[in-house]
Amino acid sequence: MAQKIYPDAAAALDGVLFDGMTICAGGFGLCGIPERLIDAIREAGTKDLTIASNNAGIDGEGLGKLLRTRQVKKMISSYVGENKEFERQFLSGELEVEFCPQGTLAERCRAGGAGIPGFYTKTGVGTQVAEGKEVKTFDGPNGPKDYILERGIRADLAIIKGWKADEAGNLMFRKTARNFNQPMATAGKICIAEVEEIVPVGSLDADAVHLPGIYVNRMILGAPYDKKIEFRTVRERAAP
Amino acid sequence: MPWDRNQMAARAAQELRDGYYVNLGIGIPTLVANNIPAGMTVTLQSENGMLGIGPFPFEGEEDADLINAGKQTISELPSSVYFSSADSFAMIRGGHIDLTVLGAMEVAENGDIANWMIPGKMIKGMGGAMDLVAGVKQIIVVMEHSSKHGEPKFIPDCTLPLTGKNVVDMIVTDLCVFRRADHNSRFTLIELAPGVTADEVAAKTTARYDS
Repeated sequence: MAQKIYPDAAAALDGVLFDGMTICAGGFGLCGIPERLIDAIREAGTKDLTIASNNAGIDGEGLGKLLRTRQVKKMISSYVGENKEFERQFLSGELEVEFCPQGTLAERCRAGGAGIPGFYTKTGVGTQVAEGKEVKTFDGPNGPKDYILERGIRADLAIIKGWKADEAGNLMFRKTARNFNQPMATAGKICIAEVEEIVPVGSLDADAVHLPGIYVNRMILGAPYDKKIEFRTVRERAAP
Repeated sequence: MPWDRNQMAARAAQELRDGYYVNLGIGIPTLVANNIPAGMTVTLQSENGMLGIGPFPFEGEEDADLINAGKQTISELPSSVYFSSADSFAMIRGGHIDLTVLGAMEVAENGDIANWMIPGKMIKGMGGAMDLVAGVKQIIVVMEHSSKHGEPKFIPDCTLPLTGKNVVDMIVTDLCVFRRADHNSRFTLIELAPGVTADEVAAKTTARYDS
């Protein structure tokens, strides 16, 4: 069996990175982000990156690390709040941003990964998002409606964070850390996954795998993780 | 007396029906979750990939892998289920979600909504709002009737970049409720907060509506 497991993030990224490349990065906020791989890309110093990711990290966390080192030329994202450095670079024109509705971004990656170069959607019709895009009218149950053409995304590299994988790269996610990791994984010419645990082939329930190993080219064990929480919200315990 | 934030959320919650799948926006819409009528089963969807949002966790039980779309820690219910962002928005865009409650900066008399961007000022992005207004069966906006500067928010035409065109079904403000039968009809003033008069609403609204 071809070996997918690499000793660390730098080794897994060896020969893959180049200036001006496009990267799909999984995660939602700081939940389920490939932090070991982001750190290694920062260390490698790869420049002029175009990154498709729902968010751009926060100051000094997640993709915010690559913004701080000015390695990012363009972000394709749906929501970039809570990030002062991002705002500064965007307002000064140093950073290019393509705002993409969250569902459109997920579908663009899913489609790109599935060999579908474009699709029509109602999302964004009549808004800034539709500017310059083909509009087509389709009949529906409530009469004809307008749809816009959105393009699939195919990246040079996908970086994702999983929970548990077997040695063949069959992978499971945990709770809401699945988010964009699953569609992003399929959209990369190469996908590198970092996971919390690697188990022998045959240890996972084949019916419970979220991402079949065909999508995972390289893999590292990233544990131990000190997972960050963006907004810690709790409730009071009822008095005994 | 005008409705407070929780009363506005409670009014929106009256539109819930047993068995509904619902997506709640950030801010006042989140308070709708505390006002689900007793005995009614309503499943809340979180666009980052979860059905069946539970309450905030007890202190010490927070899990970084379990957050809502506002990135707050939450808990799961026995009925909860997780899925990818692609599946999440397939639900939203495929018309499988019954109702969404969203905040807004402006709503126009033709049902246009603007809630994602103030050019030169707020550049956070639309998140899932454009998908929600394009795909969910019923769109309720909950917002203050007037802006912080006292300007009307229910207006003839939106001045801010749009989130969606001709999509809003109902508006709950601190003063009143507007609803329309379908997307070809005008909004009608259907309800007033206690002590608020139709004349006061008219004086604070520039959108045309039926009363």
